[in-house]
Amino acid sequence: MATTSLARSSLKTLTKYDSFLVGNSAYVPPSFESIATIVGTGASGTITFNSIPSTYTHLQIRVLARSTLAGNISTNLSLRFNGDTGSNYVSHRLVGDGTSATANASTAQSNINVIPISAALTAANIMGAAIYDILDYTSTTKNKVIKAIGGDDQNGTGELYIGSGLWLNTAAVTSLTLFTSSFFTTTTTIALYGIRG
Amino acid sequence: MAITYEPIATTTLGSTANNITFNSIPATYTDLIIVVTASVSSGNDTFSMRFNNDTGSNYSFTTLNGNGASATSTIRNARTAIDFDDITSMAAGNLSFFTSDIFSYAGSTYKTVLNTASQDRNGSGSIEKSIGLWSATAAINTIKLFTYASVSMPIGTTATLYGIKAA
Repeated sequence: MATTSLARSSLKTLTKYDSFLVGNSAYVPPSFESIATIVGTGASGTITFNSIPSTYTHLQIRVLARSTLAGNISTNLSLRFNGDTGSNYVSHRLVGDGTSATANASTAQSNINVIPISAALTAANIMGAAIYDILDYTSTTKNKVIKAIGGDDQNGTGELYIGSGLWLNTAAVTSLTLFTSSFFTTTTTIALYGIRG
Repeated sequence: MAITYEPIATTTLGSTANNITFNSIPATYTDLIIVVTASVSSGNDTFSMRFNNDTGSNYSFTTLNGNGASATSTIRNARTAIDFDDITSMAAGNLSFFTSDIFSYAGSTYKTVLNTASQDRNGSGSIEKSIGLWSATAAINTIKLFTYASVSMPIGTTATLYGIKAA
């Protein structure tokens, strides 16, 4: 009989189900799974998730990030699919800056840029946060739509953003690139999750 | 793939109370999510959250609110808690809905949260999104959800704490 050696890391993430015997609760497969996490290096402004499995229905990106960009309180966090640098992205956003609520839109962009992150002028230890949901990312008949919420609060100033974005392409999403001006700090963490239907 | 999004604890009030507190939160997750359905027994109050029982002026938040007539934004700093929004007594069976995403709660940076407060009263209501900051680097091990002026929440008010673990 062949034996398989399990890596310690796989054992750490194992979920135990006690019994499939009649009378016990039905086994419900998990529907929200961690795919990959990338931590900023302080020397790159680009984070890419490649070879995204097509086994989920939706994707979620959870971002805690900061840029090293000097002279700015905040800067862009841009999202691009499958390395497409064409003018194929559209976005809308609703913004609250502590004083007023405003809305704006962009068309024919080379990326989706709806949620900024903190930059070097922000006080130490303050990070931008965002959640992106990418719907039906494996469809080959629909353009891809996202929704996002995020921003940062800096104890006296702050901005909250609610955004939507559209990639005018019906290809299945297999890679995601997030990039910012200058570099992501080493305290940056961007995690990709898959949600089953 | 690593399995995540696990329930850590749920509290359902069996008697009226002005707070629900999660203690001894394990540091084994990456982010936390809180889901609350709540009301107040009478009148109104502000529904708030506080970490590690820190009552200092170490909290701030920025909001974006729509109330059916207009959209507004406010900012609060040097506060003793992060407010979700006002919470109002409603007709029986109607509840307010609050969620909170708490990022890197065991990390070494200040703690950032994204909150939502949803309330519809069949004729009036509001939706409020906010981003909050606890200016402390300590790992969060206790979360207190409470009505700021101590108005009671009724029996059946429920709060669930989830953990999300990144690969």
